[in-house]
Amino acid sequence: MSRRIVVPFGPQHPVLPEPIHLDLVLKDEHVEEALPSIGYVHRGLETLVVKREYPEYVYIAERTCGICSFIHGMTYCQGVEQLVDCTVPERALFLRTIWSEYSRLHSHLLWLGLFADALGFENLFMASWRLRESVLDVLEETTGGRVIQGSCKVGGVRRDIPGETLDRMRSDLTAFERRARDLAEVFLHDESIASRTRGVGVLSREDAYELGAAGPTARGSGVGIDLRKTGYAAYGRLSFKPVVETAGDCHARCAVRVRELFTSIEIIREAIAKIPDGPIEEKPKKNPEGDYFSRAEQPRGELVHYVKGDGSRHLVRSRIRTPTLTNLPALVRMLKGCNLADVPVIVLSIDPCIGCAER
Amino acid sequence: MAEEQVTTIVDPLHLLGKVEEFKRSGYRLVQVHCTKVGDTFEINYSFDLNYQFRNLRIVTDGTTEIPSISGIYWGAFIYENEMHDLFGIRVAGMNIDFGGNLIQTAKKNPFANPSFRGEGPCPGE
Repeated sequence: MSRRIVVPFGPQHPVLPEPIHLDLVLKDEHVEEALPSIGYVHRGLETLVVKREYPEYVYIAERTCGICSFIHGMTYCQGVEQLVDCTVPERALFLRTIWSEYSRLHSHLLWLGLFADALGFENLFMASWRLRESVLDVLEETTGGRVIQGSCKVGGVRRDIPGETLDRMRSDLTAFERRARDLAEVFLHDESIASRTRGVGVLSREDAYELGAAGPTARGSGVGIDLRKTGYAAYGRLSFKPVVETAGDCHARCAVRVRELFTSIEIIREAIAKIPDGPIEEKPKKNPEGDYFSRAEQPRGELVHYVKGDGSRHLVRSRIRTPTLTNLPALVRMLKGCNLADVPVIVLSIDPCIGCAER
Repeated sequence: MAEEQVTTIVDPLHLLGKVEEFKRSGYRLVQVHCTKVGDTFEINYSFDLNYQFRNLRIVTDGTTEIPSISGIYWGAFIYENEMHDLFGIRVAGMNIDFGGNLIQTAKKNPFANPSFRGEGPCPGE
């Protein structure tokens, strides 16, 4: 005879780098319903915008997330730049693009390592994070920070990358790509990974779109939304195609991230080849006035920074809508009907960043 | 590169009809959020179709209930619960209502009255 019970999952769990709690309503070993709750790491970052002057808030925006810090800072700056009549120089836009893609490489490799760890594949975890170290080395060399870069500002960027460093970064990508291909081979074709991920946590294309899923969670279900195609920063001058998989399961979401490593490598190569000479910043002409929804593609998906100013040095509102927050309804749908043993893998497959989601 | 963004202000009574129009046209829900402006609250509902960004805005005094759009966009419950927990906005008819427990904060509705605008660093910083 079947029994219904509620099993608490998290906030502390071996596969969760950050705290989220799920109430899993089970019938025998099957999840009938999953209810998430958050609030363990809510920092009230959005309220700080009324306390700090708008140029200072870049540092707070960057600290929304310790993994995609640069893209948070850039998206905030993009929004404010629309309110202060500021045209960012071309070179700064290309530098922002290069750092964004290194951030994506760093984030995806971090996630791939965690995913391998969750599957019990310790060797693959170490190989992924070893490769990630070389990305962090580039970020450290070019920005001064491995995790929090602090290189974006309203009107441009704080520092340039010398030409010889750009050349070396470009040539180093060859060895990096070779090592990434070795990793990709395992993630995409290993039988033990496939047996834990194929057909698990399926999200249909219709559900992904309907529930507002973003990033690899949406693209793994065949929804080809990639905000980089809107052409922000220098993406409008570069050629690339969004990576899309159609199976909608954990393996598809993993495959999207693996294949996006190579898209990022190509974007960095092209950006380095095309980066123009010139200034790297322009001074804002006035205080922010009006409002704007700034959007960008984070490693986890569409990021929205809403900024609203009234002509003073302090913004009225900053609202940060992160991809993890919008992927939570999709996660609730994925968990419905799955086996209890698959819950950790499914939760991890959306690459949850709770620090981002709670702000 | 600035994105074209169209914001339409609607009466809360007509909100559901407008949201249904977006749904029928194939737009996806990007986000819902609230902003305290003076004594009122602006609530923005953002949609996207093929990278065309559209925004609906309602203005409320914060005391009246606003209708939930989660019957039209199922995933909207996450934003509506967040808006309730942080701003104290009452939303009627959410498909999943956490009863104020989605985001558990030490202070109730902490964003409803941000009282320190422009005052500089906190004491002790």
